[in-house]
Order: sequence, then structure tokens, then C-alpha cells
Amino acid sequence: MKLTTLAAALSATALTLPAVAEDMTIVSWGGAYQSSQQKAYTEPYAEMKPDFNAIWDESSGEAVAKLRAMDEAGNVTWDLVDVEGPDAVRLCDEGLAIEVDVDEVLAPGDDGSSPTDDFGPSLISECFIPQIVFSTTFGYRTDVEAWGDKKPEDLCAVFDLETFPGKRALQKSPKKNLEWALLCDGVEKDALYDVLDEDGGVERALAKLDTIKDEVVWWSAGAETPQLLADGEVVIGSTYNGRLFSVIEEQDQPVAMLWDYQVFDFDGWVIPAGLTEEREAAVKEFVKYATDTQRLADQAKYISYGPARASSQPLVGKHAELGIEMAPHMPTNPENAQRFLVNNLDWWADNQDDAEAKFQAWLAQ
Amino acid sequence: MSDTTTDDSPQTGPVLAADGTPLHRSLARALRRQKLRALMLIAPLLIFIIVTFILPVADMLYRSVENGIVSETLPRTVVALADWDASGDTPPDEAVFAALAADIQIAAEEKTHTKLGSRLNYENPGMSSLFRKSGRQVKRWDLETDGPFMEKFLDIDEDWGDIDVWRTIQTYSPATTSGYYLAAVDMQLGADGPEMRPENERIYLKLFGRTLMMSLAITLSCIALGYPVAWLLANLPMRTSNLLMILVLLPFWTSLLVRTSAWKILLQQQGVINDILVWIGLVSDDARLVMINNQLGTIIAMTHILLPFMILPMYSVMQSINPSYLRAAKSLGATDWTAFWRVYFPQTVPGIGAGSILVFILAIGYYITPALVGGTTGTFISNRIAFHISTSLNWGLAAALGGILLAVVLVFYWAYDKFVGIDNVKLG
Repeated sequence: MKLTTLAAALSATALTLPAVAEDMTIVSWGGAYQSSQQKAYTEPYAEMKPDFNAIWDESSGEAVAKLRAMDEAGNVTWDLVDVEGPDAVRLCDEGLAIEVDVDEVLAPGDDGSSPTDDFGPSLISECFIPQIVFSTTFGYRTDVEAWGDKKPEDLCAVFDLETFPGKRALQKSPKKNLEWALLCDGVEKDALYDVLDEDGGVERALAKLDTIKDEVVWWSAGAETPQLLADGEVVIGSTYNGRLFSVIEEQDQPVAMLWDYQVFDFDGWVIPAGLTEEREAAVKEFVKYATDTQRLADQAKYISYGPARASSQPLVGKHAELGIEMAPHMPTNPENAQRFLVNNLDWWADNQDDAEAKFQAWLAQ
Repeated sequence: MSDTTTDDSPQTGPVLAADGTPLHRSLARALRRQKLRALMLIAPLLIFIIVTFILPVADMLYRSVENGIVSETLPRTVVALADWDASGDTPPDEAVFAALAADIQIAAEEKTHTKLGSRLNYENPGMSSLFRKSGRQVKRWDLETDGPFMEKFLDIDEDWGDIDVWRTIQTYSPATTSGYYLAAVDMQLGADGPEMRPENERIYLKLFGRTLMMSLAITLSCIALGYPVAWLLANLPMRTSNLLMILVLLPFWTSLLVRTSAWKILLQQQGVINDILVWIGLVSDDARLVMINNQLGTIIAMTHILLPFMILPMYSVMQSINPSYLRAAKSLGATDWTAFWRVYFPQTVPGIGAGSILVFILAIGYYITPALVGGTTGTFISNRIAFHISTSLNWGLAAALGGILLAVVLVFYWAYDKFVGIDNVKLG
């Protein structure tokens, strides 16, 4: 008798155990960005739902390759993955992420707009749940003697070695650089991808880059440009706007932003394919909370990336520690976004390999 | 085992063991048992090596030729396309398009059409969006009533009328392909068989050459720098040499990234070394030396990182050399140089050999350090492999590049064995 009660009690605990501790493995980028997500999303969520337990994995940089490996091994251990837009497109193409009907899964905006309208242009793939808008843009040193009184005012200052001599830092990748080169080679913004599609389009962009090639330091990690700028190793360089924000505002270096033709990118969640129904439902519930209007606005308190929802914009407040107004530091701020670019992801999905081959061959010359 | 082969004394009958069985049989049984026991002792290690090393390498090599995705995703189209003449200038007929519609409809249900698109896009830019776009539309077609499909496909995208698209599908329909290996040596499968890629897209041969040359340069500079240090270690009094040993090992225990970043700060144009040179007036301020983000930077940083791998085997070989040989040479009238070159140096060759193999093979596969300090001229083939594994997801090409690298290492190993002799290598 006693034994059966014990067995019943045991089996009852066994049944309820998985529901008690709701572990969720969330993959992100580490650093300041991940901690902004913890403060804005998971900490308040855990307060609301004491069972919820987020396990963080800082693997977003290799997320696509790792997800593919997990999928091949048939053992997907991640519940939610933070990736950049182009990676989301590829994960979707590869069938490694599930398609999400945003109107069904996500919360409507605080102003009553539907998620589709609220997220607008950031919905770049059926699998992508946007969080933030960030941009790749230029920062320059404000104390370069050789420049005299002149300050870079537009993108083409990067290509103007006469007025603005000195080393530049550019990303070791054709994306963005080709577009910038063509813009300064006289191509209209709307015609960029038509020109790139033509025979010799990529070569034309490379020829423009060739004019500054000797003065370029190529970076592959976003943290390199801030270091190069701070050390005076380069006088002007591209990187993610949040990195420049921390060099300028947090480390107080003599560096200023050049927002002209910043390239917008989106960063957001994808839900891996192959989760059990239970896990998928839990993830969707979390995502609905973590991408609502208030949460996205909250994140901007900790990092200078713009919320992907239009309805979050008016709610962006002050930096949690520095106490400065964050709106002017947002890439989406109208003052900063007078001229901007958005990568044509379809073109890049098709031509990435080709452009990359030409770019690398050009670099190796 | 045959009963008669060892029976060399037919007159006296077979030699018997104590229990009456023929001796050779009982001997064979005992030997077999012994071998089995030995095998069982090494079994854990053997299984470990097979599972974690041999199988992954085999899988990687298989990946570099595997190409089942086309015939798996488009089975009907591949069959229908078999008779199409790729050298002509007309696209295939309606039967092929109908087969394609049926295939893509199923593929779009299973979400494999975009995967195939990415695969074919490696060979022909534009296929990725072609399949993505087509999948969306074809999903809604009714295969029974909606034909003919040729025009409908051309409506989605006129690229379906492009001979090259069909040629790509036909060329890559077999289950195995040489395409990845060709791509890895800057070639491609053209209409008339393999051909070189356009001049401005060739990169891999150059990178293989550069990787080998720079690995050799790194190995040589490790020998040049490591030999005197190893000699000191082996010949100084115990106390001093222990201290020196710690100085050799300390960097060995420090994180690779830390050491690489430290070199960055030392070597950059506004860095410590340049600052000192400018300060003492050796270099003028506007002509600071460029020592990083080029081949020099990679060679310096990697020589430093790999130096312990050269010093340690040399040290342990030198330690075992009896100092009385040198004394004997000198007492027989040899000069210092002759005594070193004719007597001491030949005895250290096994240590140099072991160190060189270690350093060279490690160098050839390095990628973090070249990525950080190599700039454009100091990167290795491994940086491209890492790129194809984690960024472009072209694992077939990465596997082919890795396969070639493996073959190159084996060739070097073979050449070393042939000229120096692998028995002549000592780690201690």
C-alpha cells in the first residue's frame, strides 16, 4: 500500500517536473548586446513567470553553421536564436528555421497597429522576428591635423584621400563596400543593384575601392574599428553604430559619427526547426512578450540600437547608466537617417559567392 | 589455417602438445588469444580514434564529392532532362517543364527547393532566388489542369528560358561531382568540360601557394630562433635553464588570442615598437614601419606562437647528446665550427625534424592568427575554409579545400620520410 502511494507520488513528480523548470536555451551575441536583452526581455519575463529559466549561449556568430550541424545530427538543443537578417534568410532557405506568421504569433503594437504594419520593412523573411535596427556607418577622428579645419560631411570623404588623408578601416567583405564605392562613383541609390547586375558592375565598384586600397585596414570583427580609431591607427572607419556609440560616449574618445549613407540591417529572432510542440509553444509565448512595443523600447535604454517596431520609437528614453537621451543616437533618428541604404538581400543571396570570389581575388592581388 | 603446411616431419608424425593436439595448432590458438587480448587492450583508444578522427575525416572527404541533392529534389526533372542536348541553344521541351512543376511542388511542400537553390547558386549565381521565387508560385498550381507549364515558368522568371540554368541542372544531376574539387583549384565545369575560372575570380591556388610558402618561412624562422634557445636550455646549469624553461613555457600557456592581440598592439603603426623607433630617431614620424596586417605580421606572430613546439623537441634531443663527443672532436684538432657542424649538429637533426614537422603542420592549418594580423596578403587557405564552413555554408567546397590540404600535408610527410627518414625523428 505504502509502496504504491510512493510510486504514484514519484510518477506524479516525474510528470510534473518538466513543466516546473522551463529551461529555454537562447542564443545571442554576448557582450553589451546580450546583456541589454537580458535586462529588457528575460529578467522581467522571469519575474512574471518564476518557472522560466533562460540559458544563454553566445554562439550567434556561428549560428547558421551550428544549426545546420545540429539539424544533420538530429538533435536541436537551441530554442531561440538571435541572428542578423541575411542569416535569417539563409536559415529559412535551408529549412533550418520555422516560418512564423507574425500577425498570429506576435503582439499588436501599443497604438493598435497590426504586427505586419508595425514592423513594416524589417520583416525581411518568413522566418524572421525582428528586434532591432542597427546600422553600419563611419566614425572619424576629430583631431587629425592633416585635415585642417575640414570635417568629413558625406560618405565620399572616405574615398577622398586628398582632403582627408590617412588610413581607413573597412570590413573585409564585399557587402556594403561595393554599394558605397558605387555611390561615390556617381551611381544613383536607386540604380545601385541594376549597376551591380550588369557585366562589369562589381568590377566597377572594385575599381573605385582600388583608389584607396593602399590606405585601407580590413577588419573582420566589429570591435576592431573602435580600437583602431582609439589608437589613431586609422582616421576613419566603418563599424556598427553601437560600437561607435560606446567609443564616443562611454570611452570619451575624440571620435565623431558620420551617418551619411549608413547601411541599415535588422537583427532578430528565429525559431529553429525541429523543436517539440511543447518547446515551440513556450518559445512563441516568450517571443510574443519579448517583442512587444514596450520591451523593444526598453532595450534601447541599454544599447544604441533602434527598436524594429514603429510604435516603440516614441517610447525610447534615456540611457540607463549614462542618463543621456538615446533618441539622437538611434540610427533611425530622422536627423541621422537623411540618407541611408538597405542591402538588397535577394541580390546578395544570389550573388554573394560570386562577389565574394571577385572581392577576395582583388584583395589578394 | 591448414593442417599440413608446418608438418615438416612426415616420418615421425605431427609434433604433439602436452594435451595431444598438434603443436602448431595449439600454438596458433595461444597466439590468437594473445592478439585478441592485445586488441582488447587498445580497443578503447582504437574506437575513440575511429569515431572522433577517422570517421569525421572520411565524412568530410565524402562531402567534397557528394551531390545527391539535385536528383533527390528533382527526380522527375533529372530523368526528363537526360535526353536534352545541352550543347544546343534551345531550352528543354514541355515534358521537362511539367516534370519540374511536379518536382518543385513537392519540394516546396517539404521546403527543400530553397536548399537546392542555394546549392546550385554556388555554380550559377541567380539560381537561389529563382528557386525561392518559383517555389512560392508553383505551390499554388494545379498540376492536372494548369498546363502547359513552360510559359508559366517563363512568367515567373524569364531565366527559366536560359540555357545556362538548364545546363547547370543537367551538369550537376549525378549523385557525385568533381565540381567542388575543381572549384578548389580555381576551375569550373563548363559546357566543354573543366576550364579555368575567369582571371578575376581565381584565388585558391594562390592561397595554397601562399600558405605553403609562409608555413615554410615560419618553420625556418622557428628553427633559427629556437636552435640557440634549445642549446642554452640543454647546456646551462640546471638552475638557470629551469628559469629559462619557464620563460619558454609561459607564453605557451597563455591564450592564443591574448598573444595575437598583444602583437597587434606592439606592431601597429601607432604601436609600441614604432613609437620607440620614432622616439630614438631611427624612423621619421611620417614613415612609420608597416609591420602588421601583412605577411610580415603573420610570420612574426605565428613564429612566436609556434616557437615552443620547435624548442621542446630540439631541447630534449640536445639534452641526450653526450658533451664528451664535442670535447673529443676538439681534442682531435677540430675547430669550434667543425666540431659543431660535423659532430654536434648532425646529432640534433632528429630534433629539428620533429620540431619542423610539428610547426609546419600546425602552421598550415592556422586560421585565427592570420585572420587577425594577416590583413589581405597574410591570410591562409584555412581562413577561406573557415569562411565556407561558417559563413557561406558551402561545406562541399570547404571539404574539398580541406581534402587538398590533407593531401598536401601527406605529400610533405612522404617527402620528409623519403629524404630524411621518419625514423630519424625524435620527440625526446
